Amino acid sequence: MTDTAAGPVRAHEGGPVRAHEQHPAPRRQEMVQLLDEHGVRHRHPEHDLDLTPAELLGLYRDMVLMRRFDSEAEALQRKGQLGLWAGSRGQEASQIGAGRAARRQDQLFPSYRDHGALLSRGVDPLHILSIFRGIDHGGWDPVEMGVHPYTLVIAAQMLPAVGYGMGVQRDGAVGTGDPDRDTAVIAFFGDGATSQGEAAEALNWAAVFNAPVVFFCQNNQWAISEPVSRQSPVPLHRRAEGAGMPGVLVDGNDVLAVLAVVRSALDRARAGGGPTFVESYTFRMGAHTTSDDPTRYRLAAEVDAWREKDPIDRLRTHLTAEGVLDEEFASQLAADSETLAERLRAGVSAMVDPDPVSMFEHAYAEPHPQVLAERDEFLAAWEQQDADSHAAAHGGTR
Amino acid sequence: METMAIGRAINAGLRAAMDRDPRVLLMGEDIGALGGVFRVTDGLQKDFGEDRVIDTPLAEAGIVGTAIGMALRGYRPVCEIQFNGFVYPAFNQITTQLAKLRARSRGRLSVPVVLRIPSGGGIGSVEHHSESPEVLFAHTAGLRVVAPSTPHDAYWMVQQAIASADPVLFLEPERRYWQKGEVDTDLGPGQVTPLHKARVLRPGTDATLVAYGPTTKLALDAAAAAAQDGTELEVVDLRSISPLDVDTVAESVRRTGRLVTVSEAPTFHGPMAELAARIQESCFYSLEAPVKRVGGWHLPYPAARVEEHYLPSVDRVLDAVEQTLAA
Repeated sequence: MTDTAAGPVRAHEGGPVRAHEQHPAPRRQEMVQLLDEHGVRHRHPEHDLDLTPAELLGLYRDMVLMRRFDSEAEALQRKGQLGLWAGSRGQEASQIGAGRAARRQDQLFPSYRDHGALLSRGVDPLHILSIFRGIDHGGWDPVEMGVHPYTLVIAAQMLPAVGYGMGVQRDGAVGTGDPDRDTAVIAFFGDGATSQGEAAEALNWAAVFNAPVVFFCQNNQWAISEPVSRQSPVPLHRRAEGAGMPGVLVDGNDVLAVLAVVRSALDRARAGGGPTFVESYTFRMGAHTTSDDPTRYRLAAEVDAWREKDPIDRLRTHLTAEGVLDEEFASQLAADSETLAERLRAGVSAMVDPDPVSMFEHAYAEPHPQVLAERDEFLAAWEQQDADSHAAAHGGTR
Repeated sequence: METMAIGRAINAGLRAAMDRDPRVLLMGEDIGALGGVFRVTDGLQKDFGEDRVIDTPLAEAGIVGTAIGMALRGYRPVCEIQFNGFVYPAFNQITTQLAKLRARSRGRLSVPVVLRIPSGGGIGSVEHHSESPEVLFAHTAGLRVVAPSTPHDAYWMVQQAIASADPVLFLEPERRYWQKGEVDTDLGPGQVTPLHKARVLRPGTDATLVAYGPTTKLALDAAAAAAQDGTELEVVDLRSISPLDVDTVAESVRRTGRLVTVSEAPTFHGPMAELAARIQESCFYSLEAPVKRVGGWHLPYPAARVEEHYLPSVDRVLDAVEQTLAA
């Protein structure tokens, strides 16, 4: 390891066998960074932005609420209220930055961990939790919210994202100069997804057709237990060069940098400039999901090093130093966080299981005789079961 | 009434759909200037432009995946998969995305994509050009799978498939692209057979033959041959693999008491296994003999020089009929 200053501490003697396989961390000057881990603001010649204090506080608030959402969801899973939880701690800057960069008309195609991007769009967090509760596959309206359903098959959302962008092109909603009309698409995916053939097809396709798509890759270093070095021998953003589009490496724990980079990539796409690949260099602080045990495959030291780069801490340090974040805002935010957590607890425990027969409702738009017949078969068996259990209960009291 | 070949009828059907609805667009490999390897899209790019007849990269997952995205934006993409065996790279997009987006979004998303796939063999080609993968997709809930066997059906069914709000796999009988027949292009609403209705093509009394796509003509040929020996076979063209119009077949079987199915798809776990099971459930007391299936063997499609031994033939169909009549 040559660059311990900018990167995580790795290569421990006697550590897990894979720790040494990781890519060298990028140097600070190799990636876009506007706010370093000490909360110090830097200027960038290409990617910069000036935000009002209110906008800065808005980003901070989003990230704090997202983290509270995540910790509450994890707690709900531990209490048996959710079947599974895919945590997002550590990725707040990536997801809030990218989500906030989008305009209302832009369409997001998320993967299954992009809770922050959804929250930034105004998706009800209970709709996200309903997936992990096992109520449905996502209760939000994809058209109204501009957010595609979560996709669990790795990289499978990327080609539909490109196709959506091609539809945008055919609608003439690119390059008109009208900020309310010009539209772009963000495809969210992780480091593991870049290994899929469909990811390669999506990049190539978007470049060939100059589609208005931003490929937003959150490199959180680990695809369950597989390190990013097992996905690619080269830094991920360099895939862009082969695909024929710009590739940008951004500090994924720096919400200002992510916002600036994704915003300019979206602007470029909306103007007709074509796709961009953004690698957001970040870290999944927790487990892949609540079923995972990351201590089996990664070093505590790696996690500790990333804790020093925490996206929320650095923005808080910066905002406090600038006098933007005061005690009043902080205590109100703390109260709002608890209100959110309470709403999540109450909302999840109030969730009712779907009517079983509803599973037959949406397989087809038009009637399908075999599905209708099976629905009738199911209903008959269900009613019989009901009658039997009533009879049994009645018999018991006799 | 016009006379045209099946390939030409599909071309005319696509043209009619594109004329009617500007949201209809075609995507695929070599479908533009070349008009497709079977020339089914001949002339369409010239008339509708490169934005509506899109020559794509050589990537089947890409074709289907981006078609899904265009459908989400309100378009009605019709994808050409160049050959049946080339559909497998798109399997993930078809089964995990195309088939399931409606259910996943509780009906809020609609993906009216049509996949046109040349189906079956008999053209003396090399590997992966002659397969019958329909059962893989019929088994996937959320998809509709249809197979025209005549020019008239090809013309109308492709338009019905495009108009459907559900994703439809449209299986074109590869070795029948040049088979000619009459097409009535002037039918109004209600005069066209519904997309998923089976049709009795030849009435008969001694046994029922059921087929679809490329084997429908074979079934008709077998029935004609049997008639010379005094055996009257009823021929039913399924037209749709999913859903299956079991009622039409059952009605026929109740009259004839016997059923022989004919498909190019392997019989093992094949589409006709499903039909046989359902007929057994609904017609047990009408059946005079076990249902016989004639189809492809449970093998990778063989080399062209032996494909005639793989594909069902008139003789194999008549042997099966003989067995069922003797039972």
